[in-house]
Amino acid sequence: MKIKPLQISAHIILLLGVLLMVVPIWISFASSTHDTVTILTEGMKFNIGEHFSRNYNEVLNEKGGWSEEVTAAKMFINSFIMALGIATLKVTISAMSAYALVYYRFKLAVPIFWLIFITLLVPLEVRIFPTYKIVSDLGLTNSYTGLILPLVASATATFFFRQFYRTIPDELLESAKLDGANSWRFFLDFLVPLSKTMIAAMFIFMFVYGYSQYLWPLIMTTSEKYWTVVMGMKIIFTESYEGVALPRTAERFAYIILSMIPPVLVVVILQKWFIKGLIQTEK
Amino acid sequence: MSFLDLKNVTKIYPNGTKAVHETSLSVEEGEFMVFVGPSGCGKSTLLRMVAGLEDITEGEITLDGNLINEVDPSERDIAMVFQNYALYPHMNVYNNLAYGLKNRGIDKKDIEQKVNEAAKLLQISEYLERKPSMLSGGQRQRVAMGRAIVRNPKIFLFDEPLSNLDAKLRIQMRLEIKKLQQKVGVTSIFVTHDQTEAMTLADKLAVINNGVIEQLATPIEIYNNPKSLFVAGFIGSPQMNFIEGELKNNTLSAEGFEIKNVKSDFNGDITLGIRPEHLSQSDNGLINLNVDLVEQLGSDNLVYGQLKDKKDFCYRCPGNLTIKKGDKLSLNIDNENYFIFDKSSGKRVN
Repeated sequence: MKIKPLQISAHIILLLGVLLMVVPIWISFASSTHDTVTILTEGMKFNIGEHFSRNYNEVLNEKGGWSEEVTAAKMFINSFIMALGIATLKVTISAMSAYALVYYRFKLAVPIFWLIFITLLVPLEVRIFPTYKIVSDLGLTNSYTGLILPLVASATATFFFRQFYRTIPDELLESAKLDGANSWRFFLDFLVPLSKTMIAAMFIFMFVYGYSQYLWPLIMTTSEKYWTVVMGMKIIFTESYEGVALPRTAERFAYIILSMIPPVLVVVILQKWFIKGLIQTEK
Repeated sequence: MSFLDLKNVTKIYPNGTKAVHETSLSVEEGEFMVFVGPSGCGKSTLLRMVAGLEDITEGEITLDGNLINEVDPSERDIAMVFQNYALYPHMNVYNNLAYGLKNRGIDKKDIEQKVNEAAKLLQISEYLERKPSMLSGGQRQRVAMGRAIVRNPKIFLFDEPLSNLDAKLRIQMRLEIKKLQQKVGVTSIFVTHDQTEAMTLADKLAVINNGVIEQLATPIEIYNNPKSLFVAGFIGSPQMNFIEGELKNNTLSAEGFEIKNVKSDFNGDITLGIRPEHLSQSDNGLINLNVDLVEQLGSDNLVYGQLKDKKDFCYRCPGNLTIKKGDKLSLNIDNENYFIFDKSSGKRVN
C-alpha cells in the first residue's frame, strides 16, 4: 500500500496531539515516584524513581488539615459522592424536564424552555451568595445534600435532551399509546433506552463537572470531613519548616495522579456504551 | 347498531381548518372498510379520531356499543399499523410484539404463546431475536401487523401501510393483508390514496374528498355506478374519460357526436364520462380518435390520443389488436355504458 504524504502529515499532527496530552501526565507520574528533595534540587523527572509505594501510601493515609482528621482517601470518597450525585441528578432532572417540554404541549412550553436556557448566563459563581444563604438557612452546610443540591439543574443537558426527543417520530408515541403505555412507561421504555448514548455522554460531562467543583465546596464546608479532592490539592501536604510552609512536591504529584483516576474510570466504563450507541445507528 | 358507528363526526383544527365534515358511517363486525381519497382529504384524520389520536370536535363514535369519544387510546382496544410502521427500534421483534401484552398485565407464558402464534401466522418466527433495523421493508411490515394481531383487538386500523414498499412487494403484501384479515376476521379500516389497493382490499369503500364521504358502497358498485364526477374520476385505472357537452330533451350533444334517447330528464351543461374499457371499434362509431401513443401491457393495450377538439382520450383494447401511432380509430360506447354528470355540481344525472 502506498502511503500518501497527506496521511503522514495527518499522523504527525495526531501524534503531536497525543504527546501534548500524555507528556504532562507522564511527568507528573514519574515525578510522583521520587522524593521531594530530588525534585526540588533536580527539577521534574521523566524516569521512574524508587519511592512509588512510600509516596502513594503516605498520600492516601496521612491525616491532613489543621484538625488532622481528614485523609486523602476520605476526600476522594467525598468528591466521588458529590460528582456522582450531581451527575445522576443532573441527567435525571434534565431528561425529565426535556420530556415535559417536548411531549406536554402547553402554551408556556417554549417560554419555559428559554427561561431554563437563560440560566446558563447565571452560573453558580455568579449567584454564590444567595445560594449560600439558602443552603445555610436550610441547615445544609457541611452535608452531602448541601454540596450536591445547588448544582443539580442543568440547562445544557435539558437543551440536548430536548433536541434529541424532538427527533423521535410522533408515531412512536402514538403506537406506544395504542399499546397501552402511559406517560411514565413511554419515558422509561422508550425515551430512556433510545437516549442511552446521550445519557452516557451527559453523565461523563456532568461527572467531570461535579468532580472539578472548587469554589462551592470551599465556601460551604467548614468541617474538614466534607473536603473534596480539588480543595485538598491546595491545602494538604504543606509542611511547615521553621515557620515557613514548604510544599511536599512528590506527594502532591502522587495526589494529582490519584485525583485523575475517578473521572478517567467513569469515562473508560461509559465509553463502551457510548461507542456502542454510536455504532448501532438505529432510530 | 353496528360494530363501529360514526355519527356526525367533525374535526376542526385549532387554526379553524375543517378537516372532516359531519361524517356518519358504520362498519359491521368483521368488515374490511377502506377510506380512499387524495392526500389531505381528511381520511387519515378520520382514522386517527377512531384511534383516539385526534380529538373529536363534534359527533359521536361508538365501538361495540360503547361511546369512545373520551376513552384514552390505550383503553380503546384498537391496534394500528402506521405508514412508517413505528416499530420500537430498541426492542427486538419478540419484544415489539410482546410490549402491548406486557402493558396489559398478561402473564409471561401466555405472552410467549401468543407472540409465537402471531409470528408463525406471519412467518416471522425466525426473526424474533432481531432488531427492526436488521429487517427488510416487507419483514418490518409483517412485524407491524404482528404487533396489531397479537393483541387480538376489536378493530385494526391501517394508515397507508403499503406506501413505503416497492411496487412488487406492495402487491404481495396487499394480498397477504387481505388473506390475513379473512383468516383472523377482525374488523378493519384501511386508509389509502391508491385506488387499486382500495378496490382490491375493500368489502366496503368510502371515497372521501375534502372531508366529505362522496360515496360509500362496495368497490364494484362504486366502479359500476359512481355517484359523482369526483368518484368517477378517482376510481378506475386508467382514469375515466370526460367530455363536456350539453343535454337537452333527452339528447346529448358533444363536440362531434350526439347520443339520443338518454335516460335523464336533466337539461343543461353536462360532463360525459366514459371508461376506457367500455369502448370498442366499429365502422361508424361516435367518437373519432387520433392515436398518439400506444402502451402495450400484454393482455391489454392502452391507446392514448386526441379527439377533434384536441381533448386527451384513452381507449383500452385487447392486446391482440395492433394499433399504431397515427391511426384514426372510430369508437362506439358499449351497452350504453356511460355516465352523465351535472357540470356545475358534479352530481350524476343518468
